[in-house]
Order: sequence, then C-alpha cells, then structure tokens
Amino acid sequence: MKSQILTLILFLLANVGTALKVVYTRHESRLLAVELSALESQQDEGLAEWSRLQIEQGWLADASQIEKKARGVLQMQQADNPQILVIRP
Amino acid sequence: MLLIFLLSSIALIARAVNLQVMETDFLQGQGEARFLREVTIPSTRGVISDRNGEPLAVSTPVDSVWVHPGQLLEYPDNIKPLARLLGANAEDIERKLSQRANKEFVWLKRRLNPEIAAQISALDLAGVYLQKEYRRFYPAGEVTSHVIGFTNIDDIGQEGLELAYDNWLAGSPGSKRVIRNRKGEAVEEVALIKESQPGQDLRLTIDRRLQYLAYRELKSTVRQHGARSGSVVVLDVNTGEVLAMVNQPSYNPNDPGHDKDGMRNRAVTDVIEPGSVMKPIAITSVLENGLAVPTTPVETSPGYMVISGHTIRDHSNYGLLDVTGVLTKSSNVGVTRLALQLQPEQMWDTYSRLGFGEVTGTGFPGESAGVLRNYRRWRQLEQATISYGYGVSATPLQLAQAYAAIANGGKLRPPTFIQGANNPPISVIDSRIAKLVATMLETVTSNAGTGTRARVPNYRIAGKTGTSHKASASGYADSRYVSSFVGFGPASNPRLVSVVVINDPTGEEYYGGLVAAPLFSRVMTGAMRLLNIPPDNYPAMLASTADGAGGQ
Repeated sequence: MKSQILTLILFLLANVGTALKVVYTRHESRLLAVELSALESQQDEGLAEWSRLQIEQGWLADASQIEKKARGVLQMQQADNPQILVIRP
Repeated sequence: MLLIFLLSSIALIARAVNLQVMETDFLQGQGEARFLREVTIPSTRGVISDRNGEPLAVSTPVDSVWVHPGQLLEYPDNIKPLARLLGANAEDIERKLSQRANKEFVWLKRRLNPEIAAQISALDLAGVYLQKEYRRFYPAGEVTSHVIGFTNIDDIGQEGLELAYDNWLAGSPGSKRVIRNRKGEAVEEVALIKESQPGQDLRLTIDRRLQYLAYRELKSTVRQHGARSGSVVVLDVNTGEVLAMVNQPSYNPNDPGHDKDGMRNRAVTDVIEPGSVMKPIAITSVLENGLAVPTTPVETSPGYMVISGHTIRDHSNYGLLDVTGVLTKSSNVGVTRLALQLQPEQMWDTYSRLGFGEVTGTGFPGESAGVLRNYRRWRQLEQATISYGYGVSATPLQLAQAYAAIANGGKLRPPTFIQGANNPPISVIDSRIAKLVATMLETVTSNAGTGTRARVPNYRIAGKTGTSHKASASGYADSRYVSSFVGFGPASNPRLVSVVVINDPTGEEYYGGLVAAPLFSRVMTGAMRLLNIPPDNYPAMLASTADGAGGQ
C-alpha cells in the first residue's frame, strides 16, 4: 500500500515535470522560430544585396563605360602596326 | 409543461450534438481559416551570365502592395494617403475595392519603387500589405536583348532564352502554413508544406565584350546606310559556340513595350535569300563530285547566259576564269556553268549536309529552317539560281554554321548558346575539299577579289561577299537589296566565323563588298584583339623589318 502511494506520488511529480518541460519546450520553439525567421530575412537581405551589387557591377563594368573611360579619361589608344612587333614568328 | 421542458432539452442536446459531432470539421476549419494561413515562399529566378560569368540577367526583390478590401474599406479615410503615395486617384481605388469587396486579396500596385514601399509600410494601415516579388534586370540592355529575351510581370519568360529555358531558370516557389495574429503578422510557423527551389543559373557562350562591340558597329553601319535592319553573328569555329549575336532594330528588355518588330532575333528567326554567299556551297558540291579542281578553266564570256528564257548576268564580262576565279570575281555565269554539270540530287545533298533547309537545333524560340526545296522538284533554272543563292533561303545563323564547317575541315558543329551543351562534330565534307574551298575563299579578300574591304590587319581572312535583290510580292525588287558578308579567320587556323547581313540599305552603296564587308572587318578586328588570337599575317610586324627596331 505504502509503495503504491509512493509510485503514485512519483508519477504525479513526473507528470508535473513533463508538463513543465512541454511548456518550456514550446516556449523555446517559439523563440527559435522567431530567430529562424530573423535569420531567413537576413539571408534574403543578403541575397537581395548580392543581386543588386551584381546589377551594379554589370552596369559599371559595361564595355561602353570602360571604353569611354579608357579612351577619354586615360587617353589610351589602340596599338597600331609600328607599335606591335613580332619577335619570334 | 414538463413536455415542453423535455422537448426543449432534446432540441438543445440535438443541436449540441450536431455542432460538436457533425459540423466540427466545418467549424474548426472556419476557426483555423481565421488565423492559419498558407504563405508562399518566393523562389528566385536563376542568373543568366555570359561565358566569363558577367551577369546579363539578374532578379532582385522589390515590393508589391496588396490589400484585403474588406479590412481596408472599414476605414475609408485610409485610402487617401495610400492613393497619394501610389500616385493614383483615391476614388478609383475605392471603386475597384468595392467591386471586389468579397475577395481577400487584390493587387493594388506591383513592383514599387523601394522608397514608396518604405513609406507605405510606415503608414501601417489595416488591410494593406507588402509582398516581396522579384524583378528581372538586364544590365546590358539592348545589346543582349534578342538573345536573352525578357520575362513578364509574373517572372515567366516571354522571348529568347528566358522563354526557351524558362523551366530551368524558374525554380519552384514553396509554401508554408503559419499562424497569424489579428494584424496578419506571422507569429508561428506550423508546417513547411513545400520547400522553395531556387532557379538554376544559366551560363551562355556569348562574350559580353564581343557582343557589345558587334552591336556598336552594327548600329553605326545600319544608321550610316539607312538600312531597315541588320544582323551580325560570330561563332567559334572549333566548338560551334555563339560568341556574339546582335540585330538591329533592338529594344530595351528592362522596359520591353509592345514593338513586336524590334523584338525578333532576326539572326535566327528571319530568312534571307543569301545570294552570292551560297556560291562556295555549290563549288564545294562540284569539287566533291570530282567534276572540277580549283584550276579547271571556266568560260564566262560574254558575261551572260540564257537558261529557260531567263538571262543570268555577271557584273561585267570576266572572260576565261578558273574555278577559284569564279569565287574571287563572284561570277554568276561561271558558277551556273559548273553547277549545271551536277545531278540535282548531288547538289541538294551538299546543301543539306551543310545544314540548309533544317533548323540548327539551338532550341531558340521561333527558329526558322529556311527553305531548300526537294531536288525532285528542281527545274534547270532553279538549279542554276540555287547555285548563286536565289530560290533558296537561310537564316544568318545557318550561313555561319555552314561556313564554320568549311573552316573546320568539313566538321560541322551545331551552334549553341549554352556552355557545356552536347553538340558533337559531324563530318559533313571531306577535309581535303573543305581546305580547298577555304583556300579559294581567301582570294576573295585579295586585290583581285570583291571583298577587299573585309580585310583585317595582320590576319589572313577568307570569306565571300553577297548582294541579293529582295524578293517582293511582284517579283524581285530592282532597288532593294540584302548585302552580306560571311567569312572566317585567321585563314591559316580558323578560329572565328562571322556573318554580316544588312537588309535594305537605302544609300548609294548596296554591294556586300561595300556595306557588309567593312562591318565584318571592324567586328573581326576587335574580336581578334579581344580574344587574343595570334596574327598569321605579320611580315610588317616582324622585329627585323619594322622601322625603329634597330635600336633595340
């Protein structure tokens, strides 16, 4: 009889314990979900930034831009025959 | 009294059972519908880049605004500030929403400017939401628009490779179920229904620098000669890769509009009667079938001949030529004399092996196969005209493919836009014959030839000029032409083949040698430099002979 009561109390305690654990875990999972969505949006932002930078690079590295700068700002010229020498055919 | 009490009790119990047992699903569903929501997880469309990884089409997120009409109409005062930010009329919006009052989702405006999106989000109005969508940008704009195409507002490919490779690029959006609070904010993710699959990237064989160069030169030539349209294609001889493909007129893929005429990738979708650039194909057939060698004499006087009542003319009387000379001078009479010795089937066979009358297999939307009629239906006159490029039609890409096969020792590589495509070489002509024809084509850019203006400094160039009358409803138009040049270089070890087609030049000049050849020369000069192809014609560049080299 005494041992039965003891088991009952044990189970009761265990029950309360797991119930608390459930509450705690649920709380934790919500926290993690919030963290996950924050990280996801951070990733999205990173990808968005990357795509914007790619487009920007595409525009800045446009051949017409480079040519304009090379010829205009840097005063570069295309090498012509007297300036190119073949040393060994 | 007791009876009434009993009856009402039974009625109540029945209703309770009905609600609890029979209609639980419905009620629970309704309850959940008020806070459980399925949300789509958008997927990004893959990046299209050139052969060196330079981006040519990139998607980037932008915000679109949508509303829940019922929620927004509860506070009609909110519509005014919203309309002001969107630059729209408040009454129009209200009318639009009232008509759709029973809906839960109505787009108000898509692809907002980021600043406006931020201001709308700051207003924090009930029933107004922002949704992230992707918008496609094309940094190279009109230079690559025909090849790449564009997508519509729902990010679905509409033209070009965006359309051809839509499935590959698109990826598939996922969805998840979330719990939402009263304000529509997701507070908990319940289940991931489907993971979003990002689209895959596509790497092209196009070289962006070469593409730009070809586009710039084509545009200025088309403008200079007042031409209606034009195309340039540059292929890698050894791999069949399309290095550049440009057309005029063009359009801006970032804002395509509705000008369907400028959207066609003419180099692939439009056919021309090629004229004289077909002569080398006929000569190939003659050589293949052992009817002549390059030095066989061909009499072309008096500069014209009559077949089935139709007069075939040369530009002038060239007298006695040899087979090489027929190409050098581009003699219609000479090539007709030679070609008429062939059986129609033999000639058709050569044309067909070199890809005429069949699509090249790039999978490009709207690709045309051109026309090469079956030899059984050829009459003598038709066989004669096909030998110099009338009565047969081809796309600029088909011409490039055929010349590339000649340049590549008779091995044809089907052209491709995609890196790593599987296009094994097919042996279509004997390599000895191909080399003979290539050598003969080199004389076209010699002093005696019609293509002197196609020369590229320090490189040996082989090719063929073409000038053909445009066919119109009432037969061949007298003063409307297609000028073309097809060629390859360096002739000692061909690396690049290029096709130039200028449609309907309206100026004084219309000969292929005067309109198309200079453009070919400028494109090839730039291409040789950009791709670092070693020169094969450099006596003037040798250190021992150059001026000023003595001091070194």
